[in-house]
Amino acid sequence: MSTRRDTKVRHFWLHVIAIVVGAFIVVPVAFGVLGGFKDNGQLSNNPFALPSPWVPENYTSILSSSGFWRPMFNSALIAVATVVLLVLVASMAAYVFARFNFRGRELLYTLFAAGLMFPFAVAILPLFVLLRELSLLNSPLGVILPQAAFGLPMTIIILRSFFRTIPGEVEEAAILDGCTPFGFFWRILLPMARPALATVSVLALVASWNNFMLPLVVFTDPSWWTLPVGVQQFQGQYADDTARVLAYVVLAMVPALAFYAVAERQLVGGLASGATKG
Amino acid sequence: MKTTTQGPEGQLPAPTSHRTATRGSARRGPAPEQPRPRVEGSLRRRRRLDKLTVALFLAPAMALFVLLVVGPIALAIYTSLFKWNGFGGLPEDFVGLDNFRRLLEDDIFIGDLKRGLILVLLSIFVQLPVALGLALLLNQPMRGRAFYRVVFFAPYVLSEVITAVLFTMVFSPNQGLANQMMSALGLENLQQEWLANTSTVLYALFFVISWKYFGLHMILYLAGRQSIPKELTEAALTDGAGTWQVFRHITLPLLGPTIRISIFLSIIGAIQLFDMVWVLTGGGPIHSSETMAVTMFQYGFRRSEVGYASAISVAMFLISLVFALLYQRFVMRRDIEGAITTMREKR
Repeated sequence: MSTRRDTKVRHFWLHVIAIVVGAFIVVPVAFGVLGGFKDNGQLSNNPFALPSPWVPENYTSILSSSGFWRPMFNSALIAVATVVLLVLVASMAAYVFARFNFRGRELLYTLFAAGLMFPFAVAILPLFVLLRELSLLNSPLGVILPQAAFGLPMTIIILRSFFRTIPGEVEEAAILDGCTPFGFFWRILLPMARPALATVSVLALVASWNNFMLPLVVFTDPSWWTLPVGVQQFQGQYADDTARVLAYVVLAMVPALAFYAVAERQLVGGLASGATKG
Repeated sequence: MKTTTQGPEGQLPAPTSHRTATRGSARRGPAPEQPRPRVEGSLRRRRRLDKLTVALFLAPAMALFVLLVVGPIALAIYTSLFKWNGFGGLPEDFVGLDNFRRLLEDDIFIGDLKRGLILVLLSIFVQLPVALGLALLLNQPMRGRAFYRVVFFAPYVLSEVITAVLFTMVFSPNQGLANQMMSALGLENLQQEWLANTSTVLYALFFVISWKYFGLHMILYLAGRQSIPKELTEAALTDGAGTWQVFRHITLPLLGPTIRISIFLSIIGAIQLFDMVWVLTGGGPIHSSETMAVTMFQYGFRRSEVGYASAISVAMFLISLVFALLYQRFVMRRDIEGAITTMREKR
């Protein structure tokens, strides 16, 4: 009797705390969303209430401007290219790390694993010089290739440990049927590895989409800016127009949040497993 | 590359042994007969094919990694020994360790280290306990639990840039949410120029960092908590232990590895922090929110002092490396050893 009431009381307080924390997360975003529908006067005088009148011009002017869609497109292009390249290259390497014995294997694997310790910030300056010498500045490859390279450690680690769980009998059967290693890799192993591939793809996609430092230094030409760079530049340009900046930021959040709604489980699972293995 | 007969670390079964020319290796079934010339030939071909496969499959990853990760880091170490403006091929003005001497006397850099330490301490003593508490909370059966989890983790997928721009507006002196809330609550005297005041800016930065990342730590703790067998806590409760005692003597110790990983990620993150600071404050006012990465960026990309900036990069690299090695060796060693003994026992 009293335990049931205790449970109810406890649940009540749990909910209260959860709602408070949830508010902590949601309120700034709500502030942004609603603020975008106000003009700056309303923001000063009428901060908490709903906009009155609703000012859609901030949102509509951004949605109809190439200053918004071009960075979106660039980000999407670069993210997809990075993921395709990274997953292909990393799965090939993870395959031989997992299924073959050769001299120096553990050493090479450790080298890649140590790559987790190399932050972008350390390499960005010489990387910039290198890219300049290779004439890769202002080219999407100047972002795609380094992003793939820096994504290799995490991806190889996750994929290798997944590939090791594939039983040897599958491979033996394929070999007996006359399959080449590449054939086995492409037609059997990869399809079997779909969950792991999905996980690393999602992680790499988010990392590429949100990358700021690299596109910032690689692209001096505004037509190649990615979304984070675009957001920052927009804020710099319209610093006093708070409402407008809020609208841009909120619109910039939409792809990430939409993607999150779809891929949340992959993301969370991938991070939890990556952290425990790292 | 010579193929050997040794299996990997002994935790998982070795890859298929058909590839290795063994006569007596551990293999199920009857002992193999003496291979005839035809079979031997095909085994040799198979081994050559294997070597080729390994080489081909590894080549792209090695090329990318060595050229774009290892190369730049080696280049950073090299250029840190020069005074260079970044143009015209390679540096020529060799100055040895001068850049590093200058680093140790540079107030800004020393300040970066101090600020980094403050952020780390705040993370460990404020952010992590909150994340842990929430994880334990969300571990209870309650309605809407999955929904809360999704909401709490959402900021993680946003870029630091977007978060920083949003909070620049939130902390804006006149129209920002923070000050508006203060005045609504009658706390006008607490209103600040949050990002322009040297004494509040670091804490505002920490607030934004927490907003974005506490969900990550919460997810880690949730995963760790869920791997603790329920029987343990249930047994303790039936034996009369109070909730706090269960937490202190069972949950907390068993969460040890997760906590250590969470702290590790926090510290590494603090060392590399750039995007958020750059967009939120640019390092200001007067360097009071600057981090090592921001300082490096200023010197390298804005002031063309590439040699000195490289020295900062190398310092960051060394700090990360030394920290990671020491941490793995002293703090995580128990966890790794524990994992290995468990695997051995399982076999």
